[in-house]
Parts: sequence; C-alpha cells; structure tokens
Amino acid sequence: MAYIDMAQVKKRISARIVLNKLAKVCFMVATLFGLIILTILLTRVVSEGMAWINLDFLTGKLSTQADRAGIMGAILGTFWLMVVVGPVSMLVGVGTAIYLELYVKKGKLQSIIQTNIMNLAGVPSIVYGILGLTIFVRAMEFGNVVLAGGLTMSLLVLPIIVSVSQEAIRAVPQHLSEASYGLGATKWQTIRRIVLPAALPGILTGAILALSRAIGETAPLVVLGIPALLMPFPGGILDKFTVLPMQIYYWTLDSTLVAEYANLAAATIVVLLFVLFVLNATAIIVRNTFQKRY
Amino acid sequence: MSLLTVEERNEAVQQGNVYAFKQAPEKGELIYQTTDLNLWYGKEQALKNINMSIRDKEVTAIIGPSGCGKSTYLKTLNRMVELIPTVRMEGEIAYKGKNILDKTFRSEELRTVVGMVFQKANPFPKSIYENVAYGPRIHGIRNKKVLDEIVERSLRDAYIWDEVKDRLKKDAFGLSGGQQQRLCIARCLAIEPSVILMDEPTSALDPKSTLKIEALIQELKQKYSVVIVTHNMQQAARISDNTAFFLEGEIVEYDRTDVIFNHPKDSRTEGYIKGEFG
Repeated sequence: MAYIDMAQVKKRISARIVLNKLAKVCFMVATLFGLIILTILLTRVVSEGMAWINLDFLTGKLSTQADRAGIMGAILGTFWLMVVVGPVSMLVGVGTAIYLELYVKKGKLQSIIQTNIMNLAGVPSIVYGILGLTIFVRAMEFGNVVLAGGLTMSLLVLPIIVSVSQEAIRAVPQHLSEASYGLGATKWQTIRRIVLPAALPGILTGAILALSRAIGETAPLVVLGIPALLMPFPGGILDKFTVLPMQIYYWTLDSTLVAEYANLAAATIVVLLFVLFVLNATAIIVRNTFQKRY
Repeated sequence: MSLLTVEERNEAVQQGNVYAFKQAPEKGELIYQTTDLNLWYGKEQALKNINMSIRDKEVTAIIGPSGCGKSTYLKTLNRMVELIPTVRMEGEIAYKGKNILDKTFRSEELRTVVGMVFQKANPFPKSIYENVAYGPRIHGIRNKKVLDEIVERSLRDAYIWDEVKDRLKKDAFGLSGGQQQRLCIARCLAIEPSVILMDEPTSALDPKSTLKIEALIQELKQKYSVVIVTHNMQQAARISDNTAFFLEGEIVEYDRTDVIFNHPKDSRTEGYIKGEFG
C-alpha cells in the first residue's frame, strides 16, 4: 500500500511551487530594501556635495563663509587620531588576545574575562566618551587633544580587535606550534615566529576594520568637547583637533542658519566615505593576499 | 642479558629490582630508562607501571591498538605530553641517567636533544630553507654560512636534498606529502638530536613514500636512537630492532623484534600480531 498518493500530489503541486517562488521574492525584497535606501542616500549625498569638492575645499582652512571653507583641519585631525588609535589598540588588543588564547588556562577566569570583553563591545559609544572625558581629559589633564580622543577611541575599538585577534590566533593549527615546541622552542619563540606570522593577516584585517570604525565615530568626541571652530591645523598628538564626522555634525547643525552648510556637510561625507572605502578595500586586499596557506 | 617473561618482569618490579626487568640485548648505550611510569589525563589513567629501556643506535618500535597509550608514552619521552593541561605523571624517565620528569629539567633543553616527527607532516608556512633553519635559528645560530651548511647536511641526511636543492626558497607546501614528511625529518635532524621520536610518521603516506621513509629510518639508526610508534605491524617487523606491545596503557611484551613476531610469549601479543584484535 503506497502512502504517497499521486493524485493528491498533483493537486497540491502548483500551490507548493507558488509558495516556493513567494519565498524567494520575500528574501529578495529584504535585500533590496537595504540596497535601495543606501543608493538613495549615496545619490543624494553625492549630488549635493560633489560640486563642492575641489582642491581648495580639501586643503583649505575652516571658515564661516561657506564658499571659502575647507576641511584640511579635519582631515589632519582624522589622520592624527589614526596615528594614536592604530598602534595603541593593536598593541593592547593583540596582547590581550595572545594572553587569553595562549596563556590563561581554560576555565572560570577565562570565561569571565571573555564574557566581559563581549559586553564591552556592546557598550554605547557615548559611554566611552564619558570615560574618556573623566580619565584622559580631566583626571590626566590632557585636555581635549588628539591623545585624549585617540585613547578614548582605542578603548572603544579594543573589544573588536581582541575578539578578531583571538579568532585569528585560534585558527592557527595546533600542529604548527607542536612542531615548534618539538624543536626546543620556548613559548615566546613559538608565538613570535609561528603563531603571530600565521595569524597576522586576520589580525590586520580586523584592525583596519576597527580603525575605520574609530574614524567614523562621533558621539564620544562630542562628549570630549571636540570643537569645529577655526583653529590652527593639528601638527601632533598633543594639539587640539577636530575630525571629519565632527565637521559633518556641526555643519549639519548649522545648516538652518546657512543653507550652504548642508552642501559642505554632504561634501565632507563624500570625503569620509572615500576614506572608509579605501580602508575597507585595504582590509579585503590584505585578507586575500595572505590567504591561509595551511 | 636474559629475556624475562611478563610474569618474571612484574615479579622483579614488585621486588623493587628495577634493573632486572626485560631489556633489549645491549648493543648501543642505554639512552632511556623508564621506571614505574604512571600517567593520567584528568582522572583517566593512560599509562600504567611502564618499565622500559631504550638503547642507542637501534630502532625501537611501539605497537598496539588505538588508545593503548603508545603515542602518549612516546610523547613523555620529550615531555610533549605536557602540552595537554590535564596531564599528571608519576615515576621516572631517565635520559642518559638524568630524570627528565624532574621539574628542574628544562623541557626546551630536552627537546633539543630529542627530536620529534609527527603523524601528519607539519611543515611551517615558510620556505623549505627556513623550515630546516628554524631549529638552529631558535638555538641562536645566525651565521649564514653555518645555517647553509646545516640546511644542506640535514636535507642530505633526510634523502631529500636532490629533490629540493634547486628550490630551497620555495614554499614548503609545494612539496608532496612524502617529501613534506622527509622535510620534517630534515628539520628535526637540523637540531642535531641524539634521539628521534616518530609518531606514526607514515600513516598518512602512500606505499612508495612509506618505503622511502623506512629506508631513511634504517640509515638514521646508524647515528641516532629511533623510537617509532606505528599502527602498521609489517612496518615494525621490517624496520625495528626491538618491539614493545602496548595494551590498555600497559606493556604486555617487549623484546627483540624477531622474537615478538615469531615467538611471542604472551597470548595477547600473538593475538594482536595475527590480527585477531586491534
């Protein structure tokens, strides 16, 4: 006795196929929704801002007169911020990852630290701003200079770098370190010569993505009191500074006073997006060039 | 020295006469003397009262079914077993008269005189040259000429020089599985060890590569003491001078290889060799 009744199957089959197609359409709409909004946003920004981008705008000083305003100060500020965030977050982040992956015994302590790092990644960025204001700007009396902003941003991206590095280190096969230990290498020699080189592409990719997060963040810097006023260009990490997203923020705020400020904000967004695009492309190239070979 | 049966050996051990138990007839100098070695992974005991001696310039094979502790025992000989956090050991392993399980004995020092070749060829993601030079570099050799010499000599001794001499700077992953394993042997020879431990070195290789490595092992025993763990009994019979049969963490029988394979004293050894279990 057959349980599958062909007559029943035939009756239901067209409904099943319609449902099948419907499912596909649903998922496509979900994807398109994001894509379309993004396209609208990009077109608007580019159409409003592109005309304002020229050499004078890129290299000029800030000015209250819209047609004379430039963003060199913000570009330099972003650059100096990266100079602080890159090394600080990499050293501390990779160090933490090495310690957690290769030194701490698997157990309660390790899982408590691990959970807390995950939690840190979920802390709103403005809270990091308050932390930075309290510790770096006020307690350590740096003032609202690049160093204070950079250290705050380093804290912000630290959890990202730690977890990405941990994953990269975990992906290095055990048999490679065993081979190294088997030749009489110490733990540090094994880490430096085998584990880190093998994990480096993964770590770098994560670090670049974390850096691009740091230069796009605004909220913590608002709390630190980073201005967008006329000022001399920052020449080092102890100078006062502003960054591209702050510039966008202030111009957007003031666009009710001077209409052209909206265009300036759009032009700055294009520049910022370009920088982010370059960083993310670098991350992808790094990842693909040093594909895993083991 | 006379060969003892398992019963006689156990009796000797119980009487505390630790040097009376069965030893392979002396040819080379005594390298390892394991006395009452017990080992636990967590609560599970993996090695029970191991007493075994290993001599220089001989091939000692360790055979037995999966999970019998043969690899674990091999890894105690260079303390690689300590990489597993839950491991605990009791007893003594004397290497040239010094107890290597003593906490003051540095494992890095031990692993410089006792090299290891692993089951799966595990070259570093570096060039062929850098793979072999890794050990010497770690031990502080920086002179380029010396390194060149060590690399060439090690590759020659591992019978792979002719195949790789024109591509020393190329990536080690470009080599075939058998070549990679011989490269790993060369890498091990580069630290100039006295003992070479091999953990099923041919289990992932085709028959031709296997034969090459077996021939190489025959050469190596002229200069080194070789301890090899193998699943392959024919291999043990072909290449080893002494064979130990492990079962459930114990040594059932340890003797000259021809005795083990032709006149085993223990019925369990006989059963395993005839393929009745394992």
